[in-house]
Amino acid sequence: MTMLKEGRPTAPQAVAEEHVAPATATGNRALMLEEPLIFEIGSADTTGVDFAEVPKVKSRFGNLARKDAIGLPGLSEQETVRHYTRLSRQNYAIDLGLFPLGSCTMKHNPRLNEKVARMPGFADLHPLAPQSTVQGALAVIHELAQWLVTLTGMHSVAMSPKAGAHGELCGLLAIRAALEARGDARSVVLVPESAHGTNPATAAFCGYKVEDIPATPDGRVDLEALKSRLGPDVAAVMITNPNTCGLFERDMKTISDAVHAAGAFVYCDGANFNAIVGRVRPGDLGVDAMHINLHKTFSTPHGGGGPGSGPVVLSQALAPFAPLPFVEKQGDRFVLVEEESVEDHHGGSFGRMVAFHGQMGMFTRALAYILSHGADGLRQVSGDAVLNANYILRSLSDVLDAPFGGSGPCMHEALFSDKGLAEGFTTLDIAKGLIDEGFHPMTMYFPLVVHGAMLVEPTETESKAALDQFIMALRSLAERAKAGDEALKGAPYHAPRRRLDETLAARKPVLVWTEPELAEAAE
Amino acid sequence: MRYLPLTDADRQEMLSVIGSASVDDLFVDVPVQARLPGTIVGLPDHASELAVERHMAKLARQNLSAGEAPFFLGAGAYRHHVPASVDHLIQRGEFLTAYTPYQPEIAQGTLQVLFEFQTQVARLLGCDVANASMYDGSTACWEAIGMARRITKRGKALLSSGLHPHYVSVAKTMAKFTGDALVHEAPKLDAATDIDALVASIDKDTSCVVVQYPDILGRIADLTPLANAAHEAGALLVAVVTEPVALGAIAAPGHMGADIVVGEGQSLGVGLQFGGPYLGLFGCKQKYVRQMPGRLCGETVDAAGQRGFVLTLSTREQHIRREKATSNICTNSGLCALAFSIHMTLLGEKGLRELATLNHALAVEAADRLAKVPGVRLLNDAFFNEFTLILSKDARDVVRNLADRGVLGGVSLGRLFPDAADIGNGLVVAVTETVTAEDVETFAKALEEELA
Repeated sequence: MTMLKEGRPTAPQAVAEEHVAPATATGNRALMLEEPLIFEIGSADTTGVDFAEVPKVKSRFGNLARKDAIGLPGLSEQETVRHYTRLSRQNYAIDLGLFPLGSCTMKHNPRLNEKVARMPGFADLHPLAPQSTVQGALAVIHELAQWLVTLTGMHSVAMSPKAGAHGELCGLLAIRAALEARGDARSVVLVPESAHGTNPATAAFCGYKVEDIPATPDGRVDLEALKSRLGPDVAAVMITNPNTCGLFERDMKTISDAVHAAGAFVYCDGANFNAIVGRVRPGDLGVDAMHINLHKTFSTPHGGGGPGSGPVVLSQALAPFAPLPFVEKQGDRFVLVEEESVEDHHGGSFGRMVAFHGQMGMFTRALAYILSHGADGLRQVSGDAVLNANYILRSLSDVLDAPFGGSGPCMHEALFSDKGLAEGFTTLDIAKGLIDEGFHPMTMYFPLVVHGAMLVEPTETESKAALDQFIMALRSLAERAKAGDEALKGAPYHAPRRRLDETLAARKPVLVWTEPELAEAAE
Repeated sequence: MRYLPLTDADRQEMLSVIGSASVDDLFVDVPVQARLPGTIVGLPDHASELAVERHMAKLARQNLSAGEAPFFLGAGAYRHHVPASVDHLIQRGEFLTAYTPYQPEIAQGTLQVLFEFQTQVARLLGCDVANASMYDGSTACWEAIGMARRITKRGKALLSSGLHPHYVSVAKTMAKFTGDALVHEAPKLDAATDIDALVASIDKDTSCVVVQYPDILGRIADLTPLANAAHEAGALLVAVVTEPVALGAIAAPGHMGADIVVGEGQSLGVGLQFGGPYLGLFGCKQKYVRQMPGRLCGETVDAAGQRGFVLTLSTREQHIRREKATSNICTNSGLCALAFSIHMTLLGEKGLRELATLNHALAVEAADRLAKVPGVRLLNDAFFNEFTLILSKDARDVVRNLADRGVLGGVSLGRLFPDAADIGNGLVVAVTETVTAEDVETFAKALEEELA
């Protein structure tokens, strides 16, 4: 309780309405603090670090000493802590509340995982340290690999891909290497319309021609269209299952059989593996390669855009082509197989994808999460993820159009459309309205097969109370958008910033800070 | 199962709203043959927080961490002291547990950091612009080669023999599928870099020349002649920096005419982490910005006229251009970029220059001391904090034996270049501010005994 000088507790006094929110001299609003750029508050002479005295030696830079000012402002430690703490408060995060991004899977990030990843025995290891000194780290990679292989029912796993899209690249490279090994030059990859944009980009990056496969009216791959397109020029089909409409591809096994009969391979985008983990093994469905986003299914923090981690499980047919390096258990020792040992027993490998061994810091976190859940817990994970999504789907389908809501349960995410909103109101308005309600918006306008798509993924780590509050907020916004409440078009009102001009940013890109006088002179 | 908040009563209540009898019924679209009846056989059930921590700590103890030994490894990953406030700040939940900033109104924290990061990186590399980070240095290097192909419409890249061999391997893997021709030879144990040879090899089919600075043997050289030769032939110069701290002391590649400068940002803020996650740096000249891969953050204003930041130029990216995108990259290394940026802010111009000077001085002292060991010769005279020693024995064996003595004494060229038998006696040694005079003495004595 606040005390006045006299020691008496304070109490609010009646204030006239127009005095409720006067502007402040600083632009700050109590705990909401505006923060300038480091270039506007730092200086070249300020530093937050102390170093030992530099020994006097004659430098060996040749004639390459850096002479001009670099232009890097410094802040003291206190100023640094304040700068980044203030900035952090302008971010929404899963630690603040529900983050229902469909297809992105934002779930609780346990702090045990952070503690484990920071153990010096993991965090302070050099990637090229002698193998005798890193046996525990190689054991972590091996143990996590065993879990991934067993959970997916696949033959082996490539651990090094750095993110989901990098994993797609790995899977397609393995497919291409396998085809080349049998002297089979194929040029086309088939990608359903509902696929992540990374899928066609990856296929193109591997030198393939990309062709779309349409979706059926109930949001799944058109089996007949797919079958009729299969031929000797098709290298692979890339399927997301469960797909981006939140639906399980019922015909997956039939699709796989047809693809294999045509001499091609099945790539599965495993971004949504959390919907089926512990209940369905992709290997049983005929998948040849699938990446697993460790940050999605196994809860490694996404950190405002990364790091990710995208190990790829491979079928027996593709395993010999897996990238280097990888870990093998030889007797009671773990061996990191690198280029130097490749001639002996891994001649088929398509090579190296990344300088070192992948995202070790993510492996420790994912393994800690997996061990915490265990086989029983992971089965409950998929159960609760699907339960939560269906609860949202059914609780809102009277106010929001659910294009595939009639065809049974969804998987881990619920899909709605903008159908039925008042003229001129869009999915964007609902999303920005959610910001004012204290939620991160759902995924907007994806998948492309649905007009004005809203893809909501609650995940398994949300409580019923959190879901009920979110449902209440979204229900209210849907009703406002149906009633034509113009105020909604101005949302958000309570965020650190109002709607930002993204068109201006793209038309006149300003990507680095320039001293105001220089910026002015340039105009 | 402590991370799952639903109670059985909640589940029953929710199922009744849905109109299903059980959770298993929600999986009705999965064909019966593909459904597992119970938990997967052969895997253990859930464990307590204490049990998991014990298990992981046991595995961690089976490693010899860098801080427990005299430590001299570099070759693309460097051990630096990271101020405590860096890790403290990146663990704030609002940074740690945020997603890609697709909703800028509630992601200004991440976006402003990325804008500051882009500016810091561009200035450090000597480039006009930089992106908001990539996976790591090796993949950034490959992306630069792809970008040069798009700009020049040519498909032959000349890779310097001083380029990190793992970066070369990554490029070779990708080139097999894109059809780029890559020209590369393993380095010779020679103090001179291959810049003259590269200049002579540039022709009308060359898309770019890729040169590392300082290179894998720690050598440094002026890149200006190479940039000029490349530009005369209509090719680009791509420079690769694996030790960004060096740029606090030596000239920036962008200022020597490099068109694209990529790098590994791990040195600042990120830590060794057994190889990842790391941080790809990527800068280029302004005129090439629309061919750049990865995320970009730009300045704009909001509806009330206030300055703000957004992800921009996304029409280059996979979610809009799909198969025509500049790359398939979706994730960047946001949290590592944050760590880098905080570390850089703590250092500032003054701190970075001091750190770089200190690294160099300690490396010079160590190089001179180690060169006095019988059977050791210092290869390169010009270097930053890493240099190459030529030993009287195969360095692979020496490194293994030193490890048994508790000394982590550098990276052998034999491990890095398994196919180049003639450089097997080369040992790449890195010295940073974390190395003490005592460490150097221990290393020197152990080396002396090993070579005796």
